[in-house]
Amino acid sequence: MNVAEKPVIAAASLIGQRIQKKDAPEKAAGKTRYIQDMVVPGMLHAKILRSSRVHAKIKSIDTSAAKALPGVHVVLTAADVPDQQPIGVARDHLPLKGERVRSLRDEIAAVAADSDEIAEAALKLIRVEYEDLPVIASPEDAIKPGAPLIHPTPLDAHGRPQSLPPKTPIAFAGKPDNIAMRFDYTHGDIAQAEAESDVVVEDSFQLHYVTHCCMGVSGVIAEFDASGNLLMYSNTQVPFLHKREFAEYLNIDPSRVRIIQPPIGGGFGSKLDIYPFEVICIFLARAAKRPVKMVFTREEEFLASPTRQPVLLTLRSGCRKDGTLTFRQVHTLHDNGAYTSWGATTPFVMMQTFSSLYRVPACDYHTTVVYTNNPYAGSFRGYGNLQATFAIEQHMDMLAEKIGMDPLDFRLKNAQDAGEVTGQGMTFKSCGFKECITTAAERSDYRKKHADNIANRNARGPVKRGIGIASMLHVGGGAKIYPSDGCGTILKLDDFANVTLITGASEIGQGSETVLSQLVCEELGLPISAVTVVNNDTAITPWDVGVHASRTTFIAGNSAIGAARKAKAKILAAAAKKHDCDEAALDLRGGFVVVAETGEPVVELARLMRNLHFSDKAELVMTTFYYEPPSVHQDKAFKGDVSAAYAWAAQVVEVEVDTETGIVKMTKVTGTHDVGRVLNRLGLEGQIEGGVVMGQGYALTENLIVENGVTRNPNFRDYKLVTAPEIPEMDITFVESMDGEGPQGAKGVGEAPAICIAAAAANAIHNATGVRIFGLPFTPEAVYRALRGKSDKPHWPAWKPE
Amino acid sequence: MSLKHDIEFTLNGVRKRVTVDVAMTALDMLRDVVGLTGTKYGCGEGECGACTIRVDGETRNSCLMFAVDFDGRDIVTIEGLAADPKADALREAFVEHGAVQCGFCTPGMVMQASHILDTNPNADAETIKRGIEGNLCRCTGYKKIVDAVESACCGGR
Repeated sequence: MNVAEKPVIAAASLIGQRIQKKDAPEKAAGKTRYIQDMVVPGMLHAKILRSSRVHAKIKSIDTSAAKALPGVHVVLTAADVPDQQPIGVARDHLPLKGERVRSLRDEIAAVAADSDEIAEAALKLIRVEYEDLPVIASPEDAIKPGAPLIHPTPLDAHGRPQSLPPKTPIAFAGKPDNIAMRFDYTHGDIAQAEAESDVVVEDSFQLHYVTHCCMGVSGVIAEFDASGNLLMYSNTQVPFLHKREFAEYLNIDPSRVRIIQPPIGGGFGSKLDIYPFEVICIFLARAAKRPVKMVFTREEEFLASPTRQPVLLTLRSGCRKDGTLTFRQVHTLHDNGAYTSWGATTPFVMMQTFSSLYRVPACDYHTTVVYTNNPYAGSFRGYGNLQATFAIEQHMDMLAEKIGMDPLDFRLKNAQDAGEVTGQGMTFKSCGFKECITTAAERSDYRKKHADNIANRNARGPVKRGIGIASMLHVGGGAKIYPSDGCGTILKLDDFANVTLITGASEIGQGSETVLSQLVCEELGLPISAVTVVNNDTAITPWDVGVHASRTTFIAGNSAIGAARKAKAKILAAAAKKHDCDEAALDLRGGFVVVAETGEPVVELARLMRNLHFSDKAELVMTTFYYEPPSVHQDKAFKGDVSAAYAWAAQVVEVEVDTETGIVKMTKVTGTHDVGRVLNRLGLEGQIEGGVVMGQGYALTENLIVENGVTRNPNFRDYKLVTAPEIPEMDITFVESMDGEGPQGAKGVGEAPAICIAAAAANAIHNATGVRIFGLPFTPEAVYRALRGKSDKPHWPAWKPE
Repeated sequence: MSLKHDIEFTLNGVRKRVTVDVAMTALDMLRDVVGLTGTKYGCGEGECGACTIRVDGETRNSCLMFAVDFDGRDIVTIEGLAADPKADALREAFVEHGAVQCGFCTPGMVMQASHILDTNPNADAETIKRGIEGNLCRCTGYKKIVDAVESACCGGR
């Protein structure tokens, strides 16, 4: 278009708009190719033989019949991979188990064959002899004196514990007790704070197993090129960390590992760690010299993918009569399962909630993470915060009741404000916490309903109504756990002013491609459709730590903005020079360079790009930016401002409890989230609604039943995800606290919506019935028993090892 | 040796003749033999709805059907629906209303929603919720899916 014909272009912003997800048309048409859909020429299909015993020594493995089956290319056991290295957070986990199995999911052998069916048939031909060992099925049993050890120290030829060099991984050196990890944190003087308390409550809480249930099951494709370079098609949420780790496990240079992520059928934290199946698939590809694809069945997904960590938690809380919190003392026992994954490290997040959700002068926090023969726990949306919030927010209601204070007023009296520095060193630069509480309460008519429900507890009829509130604090500006918490961006404009945004940040369905495009277009005055996002190939994209800690919008967003602003500066400088005007007076709008004040077009951006490219100077607009948030690592005492911003929310849950059946119906959720600023309203609502319903499942329906180490319900018939007719009415609103460091003022929100629901539901059930339930989930059976005084209240005596 | 059987059916409007293993599921045939991967494996036992297709107009979990059951039937998969201009409004509603996140359940959802639209074009939100009860979604919390289908219902009015 000729500039002269172009009318004035008014300033317009994309921020806060409802932006359609870039990948939605492909997905709605069934055209998106997930890893399950991928075919690599010449690829073999792989299956894993898992243990049929919970805890046993392996006496022998006979794979001869499997190897003889036509169509079988490779059968591997631990004996075939003497170089295998331990994986996992504590390096306590060998992918293929040769001597001992410690849980029912353990990998004993693997087959690569011409088809899944042949691989499956081959597994049935493998003979394993076991010698059963005593099973540790609960964390309480794991710490009993004389308990059998899950990772005993290997013995030498004389039956004495082998002496191994220091720093030998647990997988080889063993562990002299069943304690996988310890966390101890304190601020303030607990004894004095307790002495100053007018009211003290102490209760134990029990949190159960749930699992991610990504609709796309786990899968991986591994292949080596002729030079021995590894290419993996992987669903990982942390490609750059995995590139480095896989190289370590294979003893090759990281530059020889390339990870491509096809579109991912759900993450929620499940894909943060390396799991045995991925390493085993690489071993198979190495041995077969062919590409190898391995995809789980749904049953396998339930049995062999990580869980949220079950927790036994004893909380002691105190306050003064005037409603001032005095102290919190917490002891938790985490069931690690047989191996250590990220689940063990959730206390990092849990202690933040205990120490800093409310102003509490003294906090004493202790976690012991223990090995058992149960499935092992990984990271899952909320990362321990659901468990911590479940306990804290029930105690907030209980303390308020004890001192005769309204639960809202009690929360508001102790809620954090902007400017606070907590005992743990977290600094709240933006904080809309109190506004979240008051908004959610007003919109749900909390005060009136809360009082009415109590008055109506003894009214006729079996169905009682209840309303409950819970609040949450979560990192919203990344989390400095790794040496860097940054993200890189490469941005280029072509001759037609189309943008390629090359970002380290992965898309796992949460909408990162869309929000990053939006932030770039906001700078460059272009439509979202002008952006192509490249975000899934470690050979192309710059480094990013991964999708976790609700960090992508904040960190990758700031990185994308940084690159876009550099491009804008370059463009405006070029335009100013060519058109002989002041670059400070120019702006980018609607695909044109315009005079900022008047909106008068100066030159079409595409034309300027071509002019630059095909001029004597022959320039392209390509920029890079690496954003590192201004957060710090925690010290050894767990103190430090670990995130650049913190997100807040209050959620009000309304329930109907059928006292004759124990059925709890969640009728409405009113949530108010301090998101810093609304960027993509459509995507944000989607994150919140999905998180609320995930929280609903955690509270009411989901329960991975593990009995004596055996998972009893590895299928969607018996593991109850929430279905469409069960969802509550949702009233979601946002507080815009405009975080100074956030991209356009925004903060992370991905995990937040799931965190409060179970705690608020517990308070709502109490409001309805007067009965408080300290364990999850609130299944009809559990509620029915509790209403009749027949449930065992969890009891875990505060304990920590000397 | 496994037993094979010749079948003939209409797939997305095109006649198709295939020789299949009698033990093969319809889902595996669509994905691995015919090569249409829009129909997803989510559970293999009829609990999640990711593999929903239309068989003689009705929706079915293709994981619960044998491939040989296709013989003589009229089959529509998400690929067929995606090529059908009559379904454009429904797919656009999913996009516009934010009903898609990871997208893995989406083809099955869209297939089920198309059936709701065909059989009950005036369906309200509660009817739509019951209609997609057999389709699990882990990302969206269903609300925006219901909104999308409802708007397509209203749009068709």
